[in-house]
Amino acid sequence: MDNIILISVAALGGVGLVAAVILFFIAKKFKVYEDPLIDDVEEALPAANCGGCGFPGCRAFAEATVKSAKDTRSLEGLNCPVGGNDTMQTVGSVLGLEVEASDPLIAVIRCNGTPTNHPAKVKYEGATSCSFAHALYGGEGGCQYSCLGLGDCEVACDFEALYMNAETGLPVVNDKCTACNACVVACPRDIIELRKRGPKERRIFVSCVNAEKGGPAKKNCQTACIGCSKCEKVCKFDAITINSFLAYINFENCTLCRKCVEVCPTNAIWEVNFRPRKPKAEKPASVIERKTETPVDTGKPIPLTVTAIAEEQPKKESDQNNKENKD
Amino acid sequence: MGILKTFALGGIHPEENKLSANAAIETLAVPEQAFIPMGQNLGAPSKPVVKRGDKVKTGQLLAEASGFISTPIHSPVSGTIFKIDNTLNSSGYKQPGIIIKVEGDEWEEDIDRSDELVTTLDYTTEQIIDKVKKAGLVGMGGATFPTYVKLMPPPGNTAEYLIINGVECEPYLTSDHRLMLEKGREIVVGTQLLMKALKVTKAIIGIENNKPDAINHMTELVKNADGISVQALKVQYPQGGEKQLIKAIVNREVPSGKLPIAVGCVVQNVGTAFAVYEAIQKNKPLIDRVVTVTGKAVKKPSNFLVRIGTPIKNLIDAAEGLPEDTAKIINGGPMMGKAITSTDIPVVKGSSGILLMEKENAHRKTESACIRCSKCTYVCPMGLEPFLLSKVSKLGKFDIAEDEMIMDCIECGSCQYTCPASIPLLDYLRLGKNKTGAIIRSRGKTG
Repeated sequence: MDNIILISVAALGGVGLVAAVILFFIAKKFKVYEDPLIDDVEEALPAANCGGCGFPGCRAFAEATVKSAKDTRSLEGLNCPVGGNDTMQTVGSVLGLEVEASDPLIAVIRCNGTPTNHPAKVKYEGATSCSFAHALYGGEGGCQYSCLGLGDCEVACDFEALYMNAETGLPVVNDKCTACNACVVACPRDIIELRKRGPKERRIFVSCVNAEKGGPAKKNCQTACIGCSKCEKVCKFDAITINSFLAYINFENCTLCRKCVEVCPTNAIWEVNFRPRKPKAEKPASVIERKTETPVDTGKPIPLTVTAIAEEQPKKESDQNNKENKD
Repeated sequence: MGILKTFALGGIHPEENKLSANAAIETLAVPEQAFIPMGQNLGAPSKPVVKRGDKVKTGQLLAEASGFISTPIHSPVSGTIFKIDNTLNSSGYKQPGIIIKVEGDEWEEDIDRSDELVTTLDYTTEQIIDKVKKAGLVGMGGATFPTYVKLMPPPGNTAEYLIINGVECEPYLTSDHRLMLEKGREIVVGTQLLMKALKVTKAIIGIENNKPDAINHMTELVKNADGISVQALKVQYPQGGEKQLIKAIVNREVPSGKLPIAVGCVVQNVGTAFAVYEAIQKNKPLIDRVVTVTGKAVKKPSNFLVRIGTPIKNLIDAAEGLPEDTAKIINGGPMMGKAITSTDIPVVKGSSGILLMEKENAHRKTESACIRCSKCTYVCPMGLEPFLLSKVSKLGKFDIAEDEMIMDCIECGSCQYTCPASIPLLDYLRLGKNKTGAIIRSRGKTG
């Protein structure tokens, strides 16, 4: 009896030993060298694996940064939008490099086709998918550039930063946005753009992507950009260009002077998070968007207050409204 | 007649509702303004050759083909070019088009406008194909594939059968039916010309059994025509699909990703056969077509011979107006047609009918969960699993969709029609097909 136990233990032990020796040499022979820095960099990344950096996951981004640091001694063109500057600084310190601070970005919705501005003429019944609806027809209100309101961007967002507002039928972006680009890719109509968050979250942008001539554009939507080029003329900083009847504000040149907002006849240019203007001002802010100040703890998206004055009353009365808003 | 032929897999039999079957084809008045979109064929849109202010005659060339799979467009009216601008297409998207202000109706001199039947077949293959190409002919069934491309089999393939599609399996539509009854002789001559172009000796006209008058009429007419026969078919949707029709008539299966020519067949619509006759014997380019205007509430369901470019509202007016409880206007038949967003959109080469749906039937039912009843799989004429394909398309798993042959889907809508849970299966299938197709093309490989 004892013999059997001894033999089994010895035999198994022997097999184990031989296998271990073989494995040891194989492991030595076929060892793949991996820079330990990659692990260190990966540690510093947010592990969201969102792909916002352009690489498939955080590990791939870490590899790319280490490679770039070795080859060129810089991290140019590499940025983790989710982690932002802090993360990139940490990555830089791990790799012993100075990283230039980049401006944080945020997704902006370039359509204001609310039911009031862009009334529906037909009703869509079908699959809840923007890309399908986009392939199928022009849109409920007739503007073929407008938001379809079926929420492909909301589905694409991994950060609960974007949700569809049931009232306006448009997506709303909140502070959780990490500028990962997923919604930009998901939108079949290229309505969403990543723009600078701006100082104190202040931004100015053209909230329209309609490239039609003024007449047809205005026919479908009250607040469409009609390509009148008033804003282009008033801008002293060459920030505004008009391309196929559509104004575009280059946020690199824009100084947030708000002159263009004043002259826009259709309120297509939005100013966000500015203080209300002085009562003297001819025209009010078209939109006042309040930044959420409470820390995010509910896990649910926090709605921003969006007031589109252009929707509510004609221009003269809106002056009045602005006065009330002032304090 | 014994057991009627039909295709092997799936299929449905929706209510036929051929309300306008007895309405003779009426010629509709020329519109005041004609809107001619440049993209009227499958493939590349045409390129305008006229400019603003030009005077054009009916039948004059307006736009030329801009590629291999592209066709020229001729002026359906005479008048002045008012604008070359964006016009609405049937999806509600703006698309380059020509707007003509109509003045009188002056035709090009070399077009024979008489009703006299010309039966000479004294043409070579090349002459026929060239004329078909120059006349801007496309598949009149709705797919609008340039006809001349179909007449030139790729090297290594030879056509054996010409199949003329008189099935008209879509409910409500009757334009092909009326055309066979009223222009049967011309269709037979057109078929003979097509046979000559394809160098085939056998042509079969397939007609569903719900059109006994057309079957009898065509059978009578082909008695003296060598090699042409008429085949009555069991009523089954989507028998008008090329692959289904070939299976039904000659019992051959077109392999996945291949064209009918791979099994020696070429399928042409009866409308195309008629257009071929007109193009060759009468020198008339494709400038008009028969369009059915129908619907349960329509006062006068009709079949109109309409010039291309006529706004759809003119047709509705001619059918004694828009019924009050119309909730949806469909361009095409109820199964494969597309709801339109404006009645300003014009009739194009591929328009086969305008269906005005009343409120009761227009709206979709509320979607509920899939209960795995597998009805969609039973009715799929291509042997696919629509429930699976729509699910993977919804989830964006296009690799699975490709493996499960989503590209074979003919978008007939049988699955969605039969789904007891009213799931928009076809919507997601179309989405998946679009995306999968784009992925496949980006890889640079076919099917």
